[in-house]
Amino acid sequence: MSNVTQKTSGGSAACYILELQKVCKSFGLVQANKNIDLQIQPGTIHGIIGENGAGKSTLMNILYGLHRADSGSMFIDGAPTRIKSSADALSLGIGMVHQHFMLIPRFTVLENVMLGSEGGALLKLGRASTIAKLKELGQTFDMEVDPDLLVSDLNVGMRQRVEILKALKGGAKILILDEPTGVLTPQEATQLFDILNKLRVNGVTILLITHKLAEIMAITDNVSIMRGGEMVGHRKTSETNPQELAELMVGRKVLLNVEKPEAMPMDVALTVKNLGCFSSRGHKVLDNLSFEVRAGEILGIAGVSGNGQTPLMEILSGMRKPDEGSFEILGKKITPENEVTPNIMRENFIGHIPEDRHKHGLILSFEAYENMILGFHNSNLTGTKKTLDKNYMLEHCDARMEEYDIRPRNSKLLASSFSGGNQQKIVVARELYKNPKLLIVGEPTRGVDVGAIEFIHKQLIALRDRGCAIILVSVELDEIMGLSDRILVMNKGQEVATIRGEDANAQNLGLMMAGISQGAKN
Amino acid sequence: MIDFFFQVLWALDATLRVATPLMLCAMAGIFSERSGIVDISLEGKLLSGAFVAAAIASLTGSAWLGLGGAICASVLMSLLHGFACITHKGDQVVSGVAINFLASGLTVILGIAIFKRGGQTPTLSSDERFRPIELWFVDILDNLPILGSVYRELVSGHSLLVYIALICVPVASFILYRTRFGLRLRAVGESPIAVDSAGVSVTWLRYRALIVGGVFCGIAGAYLSISHGANFVREMSAGKGYIALAAVIFGNWRPISAFWACLMFGFLDAITSRLQGVDLPIIGEIPSQLMVALPYIMTIILLSGFIGRPSPPSAIGLPYRK
Repeated sequence: MSNVTQKTSGGSAACYILELQKVCKSFGLVQANKNIDLQIQPGTIHGIIGENGAGKSTLMNILYGLHRADSGSMFIDGAPTRIKSSADALSLGIGMVHQHFMLIPRFTVLENVMLGSEGGALLKLGRASTIAKLKELGQTFDMEVDPDLLVSDLNVGMRQRVEILKALKGGAKILILDEPTGVLTPQEATQLFDILNKLRVNGVTILLITHKLAEIMAITDNVSIMRGGEMVGHRKTSETNPQELAELMVGRKVLLNVEKPEAMPMDVALTVKNLGCFSSRGHKVLDNLSFEVRAGEILGIAGVSGNGQTPLMEILSGMRKPDEGSFEILGKKITPENEVTPNIMRENFIGHIPEDRHKHGLILSFEAYENMILGFHNSNLTGTKKTLDKNYMLEHCDARMEEYDIRPRNSKLLASSFSGGNQQKIVVARELYKNPKLLIVGEPTRGVDVGAIEFIHKQLIALRDRGCAIILVSVELDEIMGLSDRILVMNKGQEVATIRGEDANAQNLGLMMAGISQGAKN
Repeated sequence: MIDFFFQVLWALDATLRVATPLMLCAMAGIFSERSGIVDISLEGKLLSGAFVAAAIASLTGSAWLGLGGAICASVLMSLLHGFACITHKGDQVVSGVAINFLASGLTVILGIAIFKRGGQTPTLSSDERFRPIELWFVDILDNLPILGSVYRELVSGHSLLVYIALICVPVASFILYRTRFGLRLRAVGESPIAVDSAGVSVTWLRYRALIVGGVFCGIAGAYLSISHGANFVREMSAGKGYIALAAVIFGNWRPISAFWACLMFGFLDAITSRLQGVDLPIIGEIPSQLMVALPYIMTIILLSGFIGRPSPPSAIGLPYRK
């Protein structure tokens, strides 16, 4: 393993495996990448960090040939290069593991790996050599996979290994990983980092795209920070810290961990008893779930995505009927026989910040002021007239935008024109305005930038301290640990355990999310 | 007993004749749909193939030129379909229906313009057509009791195009499952973006799938007008393209299974004419309309999930946008 660290002055690119100079890319009027300079040393893990919309993905797509840069130049091993297609990138030894896997579930591992480099017109010709190559790579990097298994039968972690094997089998010297841990449990993420370390030792250069500061600090050698389509800084990981990186990403000081005073739980606001429900295919997606939440506390619900959190939130918000069991919200009992609608729930002072804001939180083709009253169209938020009072609604929206610092401050802008963070602030502003007594929150900061995360977290804690009971569903462990007073861990629709917030750490939560209870139930 | 034996033999023989265009069209449908392109235009390709085959055979006197012309016409229709829904990312069903209308109108208009017989082409003489061919050893095997008759009546004595259709089925299966082209074709119907990121052109791959389908449909069209029939009659495809599509669905987009579905539909068709006006015990006379509708009814039942669950290619019907 070469440890090339000397930085030659000027543009001598000989010691960089990959170098970008003044790369620009625009989509219409939006400049996604502005004069990007980037230098990657061989055999290192180089992190690229930035908020959503900072231009990370565009840059990687340029490197991988999916987009073409408008201007600027690229050098690989010091030689000027143009990459026009993925085929070009592959032949230059650039492999990519996409955020959404490029695997075909109905194909076997072998078929997936062979696709694009079959080794001849007949599959027979390349099959044996591919199997041998897979075995060799699997042994070298400790990630063996049975080539005859169907990809649909593999779990997410294994699928990611197949993606990495696919890239390596194609001879990748530079491996780009786009948000690789977003879909993994903490244990799987640790295993991934072990693999990445082995790859680095064997001379593979890795570009790690992420918005998680902890990952950058844990594994990278160098880090480049992007903001608003520009490179705003390059650091050696050993010479920086999360606080500095966060400030570079956001462009101002941010609090990574919102201060949280001691909770003062009061009366029980929600009691859930033996709740169960089935999917449309008849699988049990919620199984005998019981818990309670008190006014003035935040109950975090942790779990790998798809383990029953979604149906739970849908039932509690009135979008879906439970099949078994019952729950009691603020003294109102609901069983499978009761009629429940989101409207009834809302009239009972229950707020809901849905996990998919595009699908359930906003109507993207409506203007901001209309979205600000969604679901409250029968209340006084639409003015005192019989018909909708547009001026009244606009004023209401203007006031909320001021209060929540929603930008741009234009109540007549379409919801789709706001950034993810500002869209989420619209939803939060709407749901918090009526001072709910119970708030159901799903993934409040998914696709939201660091600055807005801080703001939303502060709002949630302030609401709790005003005596609201909050159920927080999130797959982000940092968020769960940072906000929750108690944490309920779910696996396959069941409760694994409930622990106190201060007892939680990434290790014990991770194990419980994988379904391993440690008897820590209290 | 002997009488019944020959009845069965003739019914199977008729089944094979009727199923031939179905098999070819079904293979075309499988190639196209496995690549992610809905191919409702099988009907139109079949019809245009039939017309061009009869027209060219009648004008030049050569069955082979007729076949070549049919293949060209059908491939041309495929390319039109591809231009609309691969290059311009149009709606595949709309484009397919448009091609069917185009074929239906164009064949009649050209037919009237060239031959002035109300849309029909002149009846071809036997050396302008693909005639039944006698296979080897028919006379030797004739001495064997049952096997001899089976060989003479069922196996031997079909036109060359029937044998081509029969060979097409295992060939299609081999291409799909054993070759690089087949792997990529199946992949592009499941996840075009995965194919793109593997450095393979989605557009070119889908065009090639449609071209292969065009060749199959062209042969099927030629079979209709210059082998099974002796001239082109307006609308002579008579829904066979749609039945073939039903067979594709029935066969779960697999060549061998679709082949059996084609034989089943062919058999239904073959016995329909035999059963006309015949009083069956208990059920009485079966209306022929019911028999004609049966393949569609069975397909609807299948699609509504009563018998297993069909698993179409995941990306079917979706234009690929980066």
